[in-house]
Amino acid sequence: MSDNAIPRTRAATPALGRAIGLLLLAAALIALPFIVKAIGQPALVPLATRVLIYAIAAASLNLALGFGGMVSFGHAAFFGIGGYAVGILYRTFADDALFLGFIPGTDQLLITLPAAILVAGLFACIIGALSLRTSGVQFIMITLAFAQMLFFFFVSLKAYGGDDGMTIRRRNALFDLNTRDDVTFYFICLALTALVFLVLWRIVGSRFGMVLAGIRQNERRMAAIGIAPYRYKLAAFVISGMGAGLAGALMANYLRFVSPDMLHWTKSGELMIMVILGGVGTLLGPLLGAGALVILETVLTGWTEHWQIVLGPILLLVVLFTQGGLSGLLARLGLGGRSAP
Amino acid sequence: MTLVLEQLLNGLQFGVMLFLLAAGLTLIFGIMGVINLAHGSLYMVGAYASAFVAAQTGSVWLALLGGLAAAAIIGMVMELVVLRRLYARDHLDQVLATFALILIFNQSVTLLFGRQPLFVSVPPALNGSVQLLPGLTYPVYRLAIIAVGLLVALGLYLLINRTRIGMLVRAGATHREMVRALGVDIRLLYTAVFGLGALLAGLAGLMAGPILAVQVGMGEQILIMTFVVVVIGGVGSIRGAFFGALIVGLVDTSLRAFMPGLLRQVMAGPEADALGAGLASMGIYLLMAIVLLVRPKGLFPAHV
Amino acid sequence: MTERTMTGTLLSVRGLRKRFGGLIATDGVDLDVLDGEIHALIGPNGAGKTTLITQLFGELTHDEGAISLEGEEIGGLTTVQRVRRGLGRTFQINQLLPDFTMLDNVALAVQAHEGHSFRFFANARRDEGLRARARQHLATAGLSHRAEVKVADLSHGEQKQLEFAIALASEPRLLLLDEPMAGLGHAESEQMVAMLLALKGRVTMLLVEHDMDAVFALADRISVLVYGRVIATGTAAEIRDNPEVRTAYLGEGDA
Repeated sequence: MSDNAIPRTRAATPALGRAIGLLLLAAALIALPFIVKAIGQPALVPLATRVLIYAIAAASLNLALGFGGMVSFGHAAFFGIGGYAVGILYRTFADDALFLGFIPGTDQLLITLPAAILVAGLFACIIGALSLRTSGVQFIMITLAFAQMLFFFFVSLKAYGGDDGMTIRRRNALFDLNTRDDVTFYFICLALTALVFLVLWRIVGSRFGMVLAGIRQNERRMAAIGIAPYRYKLAAFVISGMGAGLAGALMANYLRFVSPDMLHWTKSGELMIMVILGGVGTLLGPLLGAGALVILETVLTGWTEHWQIVLGPILLLVVLFTQGGLSGLLARLGLGGRSAP
Repeated sequence: MTLVLEQLLNGLQFGVMLFLLAAGLTLIFGIMGVINLAHGSLYMVGAYASAFVAAQTGSVWLALLGGLAAAAIIGMVMELVVLRRLYARDHLDQVLATFALILIFNQSVTLLFGRQPLFVSVPPALNGSVQLLPGLTYPVYRLAIIAVGLLVALGLYLLINRTRIGMLVRAGATHREMVRALGVDIRLLYTAVFGLGALLAGLAGLMAGPILAVQVGMGEQILIMTFVVVVIGGVGSIRGAFFGALIVGLVDTSLRAFMPGLLRQVMAGPEADALGAGLASMGIYLLMAIVLLVRPKGLFPAHV
Repeated sequence: MTERTMTGTLLSVRGLRKRFGGLIATDGVDLDVLDGEIHALIGPNGAGKTTLITQLFGELTHDEGAISLEGEEIGGLTTVQRVRRGLGRTFQINQLLPDFTMLDNVALAVQAHEGHSFRFFANARRDEGLRARARQHLATAGLSHRAEVKVADLSHGEQKQLEFAIALASEPRLLLLDEPMAGLGHAESEQMVAMLLALKGRVTMLLVEHDMDAVFALADRISVLVYGRVIATGTAAEIRDNPEVRTAYLGEGDA
């Protein structure tokens, strides 16, 4: 990996400073719906929800990409599968039918989310098992190609809308909560985001996480101490795919719509952009990156429909001239974050 | 029978187009170690430039020249300005930087030419069809594409295996320092190789113009198929790119042509068509998965 | 040299061959490493020493021949499987985890040896069992004071010592040492020799080394590899007096 790879020094900021920073971030995210209401911008709540959902997807991708060194260009596939799991279960529920002849539908979030995670994990297992037989540039091409294959699969799936996608009339239900309410849904997403980041934080610091980081740095060394990389990489890839599936399931609920667009290869690219904008291989980086990209998109589309002509050069400059993305920048400015290249 | 032959020719023609792209992609990767997503953009540049010149001047030759020159020049500028900085970087940086280039290219072309696809007519000299066999007539233009592709393949083979430049190219991939020690400006060599790859992509793009619609996004569609070709053939190998391209071209074309028909034997027409089209689109990716299971390094891995 | 009871053959290599196209890198090597000894493998540059080590370790597969560890054939096993059977190696060109500290590097090797790496929750850096044993190995390699330093910030000599500490963490029965003194200064070399001497008898070692002072100070027996073939094996004195070795190797310029 190049020199902008993952820094793993003890953070320059003392642990206490980091804890305070995290608390402030948590407080700000919890207070956000009330603040935007107070300043008369309630439309910002859905925007923040989108940031959170993408943050889950990007953070999951980051486990494979940043911590495991697996440059997957196909994570939109798992994102989309998560979305379709929700969509198909809802449609089956609405039609009072059986999916594949034996699976009853449901509109309960407590069932649809685990189902989405499971199905995405299953696909990640199959795609990962095949793709991880290669590495480097082949791995990038192959993950992209498999995602494209699933994209075409859903395009041809006329029973579930094909090209046009399908609408989900109501968001999934959770207890007696009114999930239609934007603030309620925001808090559901916030809780899940916190959970995902907590889990990823534990994984990265665990024995498994150490092995994964070791594999990223030097596979030959890992073999010499008796560790065969394949299983660990596959496990990380599957966990990563499950996280993306969860994000997709939430996105399907948020939009009340799924379409093959969720699996489009540019979506994989966007997820990677979020990761690199935030800082590859940093824990909170993906949240920053997701925020940066979603906000950038919202602001720029306000100016011009050709907003990508602004995004392109920005991305190019970030890749060529910054080390460690936004969180690297923050760290260098002494504002916390983990990385200090 | 004639239908099968016709589809085989279609497959060959598509395969040859894929080869033009795959050759450049695999050469650039094999020698510079760079994965260039914007390779498809050069294909688009070739198509648009040629269509533009044709519309302005009405001359086929100028259109050809314009498409080739635009692709090669933009390709070399791209190498000088961006790609050169990426040789020492990891693949992730390369992917993202060239992804950024795609966004820039696509939006620039949209701004210049709009979202409506351009339609390009077949050059008058190549219009019409010839009778190849009794009952089998085939468009001259498509035959010309096949001929050009095969000629380019032959030319590349000779260039790589029989010339000093080819020797340097082969040596440059494995022994960078040695080539530099021989007094060769390796940076110039890289730019030249990149230019060649861009030229081939542009050639494929401008030839595709009259067959497909010239539109934004055409580059990415074919780029991903080119990846499949490169993976099946073996990364870094021109021979692999050639056979991989033909295999993918033939398989994809035959599946698209025959899959719905086969399915119609067992299910209703419209559903068979939809499912058949879907399965056909997935076919080459399944093929890739099978090849990966059997030979993870592709069918013709590069020796280096 | 020290007199010890040779309990038996630990590693036995018979008729090992490897060719790269027209080049024969390993040409029918026979080699026995006895339990408990330090066995030096010397030879001029290009004799195929590293290639041989790499084949013994399974990173490169041999074309012909047999490799057995304690009478069990290991020639068909992967590197990881050989490591589990008790093989360890250090690398001439350091293979370290540059983003990790020294302690992380060694603790990961301890963890790998222990075999519990599918644990996703507990913080591995707070696992005192792992850390304590890793510190022991660092102490053996004389690196205790630098445990928390990142590998990228270490000197070349320290990296060499770390290679050694990592190899120890796998508690190998046979340690393949590929030029552990390469690039070290005089004082550092002496330190490394002292370290290896301290472990002598506890770990069997096959030592590839150009530094003849080190070889003569350490080795119980020496094998001479020339053009992919072992031309002599014996004690230091026997090797020094062997006319074939003198012409083929020592005569050509002692390192």
